[in-house]
Amino acid sequence: MSSSVTIYVPGDASACSLGADRVAHAIEAEAGRRGRAVQLVRNGSRGLYWLEPLVEVVTAAGRVAYGPVTPGDVSKLLDAGLLEGGAHPLRLGDIATHPYLASQQRLTGARLGVVDPTSLVDYVANGGYVGLHNALAMQPLDIVRAITDSGLRGRGGAAFPTGIKWQTVHDQKAAQKFITCNADEGDSGTFSDRMLMEGDPFSVIEGMTIAGLAVGATQGYIYLRIEYPHAARSLAKALQVARAVGYVGQDILGSGKRFDIAVRLGAGAYICGEETSMLESLEGRRGEVRVRPPLPAIKGLFGQPTVVNNVVTLASVPVVLARGAQFYKDFGAGKSRGTIPLQLAGNVKHAGLVERAFGLTVKELVYDYGGGSATGRPVRAVQIGGPLGAYLPVSQFDTPLEYEALSAKNALLGHGGVVVFDDRVDMARMARYALEFCAVESCGKCTPCRIGSARGVELVDRIIATRAGANGANGAHDSNLALLDELCDTMFNGSLCGLGGLTPYPVRSALKHFPEDFLPGARAPHSNAAEAAASVRMR
Amino acid sequence: MNNEAESIRRCVAGAVQKLAGEPGPLLEILHAVQDELGCVPAEAIPQIATALNLSRAEVHGVVSFYHHFREHAPGRYVVQLCRAEACQSMNARALEEFVRGKLRLNFGETTPDGRVTLEPVYCLGNCACAPAMMVNGELHGRVTPERFGEIAKEWGVAP
Repeated sequence: MSSSVTIYVPGDASACSLGADRVAHAIEAEAGRRGRAVQLVRNGSRGLYWLEPLVEVVTAAGRVAYGPVTPGDVSKLLDAGLLEGGAHPLRLGDIATHPYLASQQRLTGARLGVVDPTSLVDYVANGGYVGLHNALAMQPLDIVRAITDSGLRGRGGAAFPTGIKWQTVHDQKAAQKFITCNADEGDSGTFSDRMLMEGDPFSVIEGMTIAGLAVGATQGYIYLRIEYPHAARSLAKALQVARAVGYVGQDILGSGKRFDIAVRLGAGAYICGEETSMLESLEGRRGEVRVRPPLPAIKGLFGQPTVVNNVVTLASVPVVLARGAQFYKDFGAGKSRGTIPLQLAGNVKHAGLVERAFGLTVKELVYDYGGGSATGRPVRAVQIGGPLGAYLPVSQFDTPLEYEALSAKNALLGHGGVVVFDDRVDMARMARYALEFCAVESCGKCTPCRIGSARGVELVDRIIATRAGANGANGAHDSNLALLDELCDTMFNGSLCGLGGLTPYPVRSALKHFPEDFLPGARAPHSNAAEAAASVRMR
Repeated sequence: MNNEAESIRRCVAGAVQKLAGEPGPLLEILHAVQDELGCVPAEAIPQIATALNLSRAEVHGVVSFYHHFREHAPGRYVVQLCRAEACQSMNARALEEFVRGKLRLNFGETTPDGRVTLEPVYCLGNCACAPAMMVNGELHGRVTPERFGEIAKEWGVAP
């Protein structure tokens, strides 16, 4: 009776982890049984993960969303007129007007969940490749200046000004320069790189291409972690499409300029998110950290000047080139300019992606967006910035989520992940875990990290044992705490890179803000046996 | 046995021929070999070393550095349980205990029938839907002991 109806069902990894693939199949099968033609689009996620799988139907009145949809809901949804946007308890209406989304400032993630990720037509229709067109008409130095003026800082965690990095690479004389995209997003609680690569891969490709034009590089590499197979497929497809049309390759849009991109897979090593370790890995070696200087911008991949930027940083570049440095800079606060895709995760009711100008407070994020804990219990702590980030207690939730404000609290924003814990969290165990993780993932090159982390685990084990009253005396307990503090000092000051150097952040913040969890007689909710057994063979 | 050695030799030769011209090709070659054979067997190492003009120690050093590469083929189902913070905040420790009890495995072990291998993983990027687990590349979110039981039934693990 009618023509084909377009239906969006996310192909995003997290949505699929909740059954999106099965929902997509069920819709096709059920529609087929009813003789209705549907065209499925596997979009990225909009980032409202408690509503995934989020199905959207294109109607005459616009897109109508339903969620969270299970395969078992599909038949009843079709009965209720899903294909016409009919009424149903799961009907959410136009998802773009949902307060969680409507209050955001999506610049980098503007197309997430909106477009077909590997459709170049969709990308261009939604503002894509305007930045590259502008860049092709500019002198390389002017591109670099635009990035500098925008105030964009590295979103991978180090927050180094991107323009200065590009300028350094631009100024080097070399036969070959490289753009590398660090897509080894290993921090727990972070998934913005993944969402962008899966849901809007062209933005990363465009950002790298602009970077290549700016610094005079002709080859790019995306170093992608092996844990992200969905992103690998999305990037491969998008690259194929972009190459076929001439957005990457030997002659970019007939400009005579050359830039190509290859995806290289990591092999399960957190340390390879550290830039020099990533370069070692790209060269086919053990991912051991390099001593700096020389900086990668001067002597990087294969000894050549190399830009190393995070996925979010590169995906933000087209925004700056398309809409101007001032436009981007007008977002944000202090020295943190632009927007940051915050990732709200863990024990929180409304987990998801929240892209806002810098300056949102932890409280606003956790309660206004997050709606408090998923378990309904009181929130006790958040960890910001991944496994090397500090824990903040509720009393500090007024802290704005920007680089300097967090730094003043001995915390760091890192890659923008915020993990929520309820009141059952045992902070002594979280401190132990931080050290255990460091021991598992240490590259082994420097002693404070390799040995310090192992000794740290033993120390916290002794503290936990004393706490439980197993081997009593307070004197031993105090000296263990003093020793742990000293060990943190050594790791902080003596490690070659951020892994050993920043592991003291979670440990010390746990000690400082939650001392009661370390004291003799503290509640010891769990048995130690499971953990000890797990440690026997961690890898 | 001879057949096996021959298939390893052929697999490595194919990977080397296809990839040795790439810059810094060792990881690429190891991926290709493991994708085909399920592991990077010890017998493959001298051949890769010779082809790339590296020492055997260098190649072994790379294989052993990365958690992903393995020297022995795993079980039919490789179960990767996330142990990182976001999953811990949603009871991953209890899930871990349950899974290890259910499969009677510690991390790094395979069931005697060669069906299931259990591995730890530190973040799958599914932190908004914790706790997370990946099985042969398929991601699962909000995994409870009950849900794990249902999934494991599909592998023929008794409930």
